[in-house]
Amino acid sequence: MRKIDKEIITKEIAEAVQTANFSISEDLLAKFNQALKDEKSILGKDVLKDLIKNAKTAESEKIPICQDTGIVVIFAEIGEEVFIEGDLLEAINFGIKIGYNEGFLRKSVVKDPFDRENTGDNTPAVIYTERVPGNKLNFKVLIKGAGSENMSKINMFNPTATKEEIIKFIIDTVKNAGANACPPYILGIGIGGTFEKAALLSKKALVSDKKKNNHVKEFEQRILKEVNKTGIGPAGLGGTVTALDIKVLTYPCHIASLPVAVNINCHASRHISITI
Amino acid sequence: MEIETPLTEKKIKKLKAGDRIYLSGYIYTARDQAHQKLFNLLSNNKELPIDLKDAVIYYTGPAPSKPGQVIGACGPTTSYRMDKFTPILLKNGLKGMIGKGPRSKEVKKSIVENKAIYFAATGGAAALLSKTIIDSKIIAYPELKTEAIRLLKVSKFPLVVINDSYGNDLYESGQNKYNELRQSDEL
Repeated sequence: MRKIDKEIITKEIAEAVQTANFSISEDLLAKFNQALKDEKSILGKDVLKDLIKNAKTAESEKIPICQDTGIVVIFAEIGEEVFIEGDLLEAINFGIKIGYNEGFLRKSVVKDPFDRENTGDNTPAVIYTERVPGNKLNFKVLIKGAGSENMSKINMFNPTATKEEIIKFIIDTVKNAGANACPPYILGIGIGGTFEKAALLSKKALVSDKKKNNHVKEFEQRILKEVNKTGIGPAGLGGTVTALDIKVLTYPCHIASLPVAVNINCHASRHISITI
Repeated sequence: MEIETPLTEKKIKKLKAGDRIYLSGYIYTARDQAHQKLFNLLSNNKELPIDLKDAVIYYTGPAPSKPGQVIGACGPTTSYRMDKFTPILLKNGLKGMIGKGPRSKEVKKSIVENKAIYFAATGGAAALLSKTIIDSKIIAYPELKTEAIRLLKVSKFPLVVINDSYGNDLYESGQNKYNELRQSDEL
């Protein structure tokens, strides 16, 4: 067994939430630059230029990319040979508390959905744990803003539904989000499983680096093409780039079911993977 | 185009949906909870903690400022959540709103009736936008923390006109222009 001290987890999470809030990935920056080339609308191009400038300012001055520094969602993969000294969830939440204070990040979590009193430290995170082979700990840390989360949708299709019907649902979801959720979007799409499994897959799709088969990759490309025909464009001002990426995850499901969940992420797709 | 607050009717009439403008002067911040409070006061004919005449409200909840910083990241939040509180504010003198995302039919109607205007700031460009804010102080509801009402002094704050006082809507016209799905479209 490999022992991992809970203080190490706290320290790593505290750093990760700050890094994720101050800097976007190289991959996403490359997508912004590509979008700037592809976009036909002048106002749309201006928005993309602003986003590239914003990313640079945020990273160099350690200012959050977006003032909505989100609720933190964490997918934790715990190696079977790992023994954690102390409570894992407590260690993660303590890291978030430290990170959000040190980084001057906005605290956007309330204790109770009705009373709505702020917890003051952006905890608790939404945490999913999974046991995997090996002696390492991996955390996929996602900073999720509410503007895009609020526009996400799930639909329970008949098992005989066609891909066209599924694409139509995705397009309708994107059109409903329109300018609200900060396009160009990154869509996490979960297909299969059960009601909650599809929703979970759609969230996990936003951070997953899982290899996909050609069948899924082709479907992603097809969705991307269709979404970009909606005309919503950067910031919803009209344009040809409405989504930057489509990420689909699938899972086996019941003979009678075909759940499809669409988790919308804004262009400020902030996530980071850390391995201990 | 550059304009300065207060946002008088004369200035608003010159602006058209799709114009890129740079706003300088004073604007208030208010989002969900502050709107609820202002709405309750107006509904009960009570006095407001802010002067709405020719005023601009920016829908935002900034990130905390670091030592030496005027304000933390400060981009727009989604406007539709403020829709139900908006017509009464417009009726009481509010002239400009800054946010992101489309407004309800009622708000759009009220914008035309009251010769007001709705601007979008770029959502998710919060670090960049914070650079154009040169002063910030909380003037009402400090207990709401990030949702408190602030008075910001801005210098060339970059905006796009979405809904002008003539009833034009850039989200509709801009998106229609590039929509390739129109035949099968129910919009």
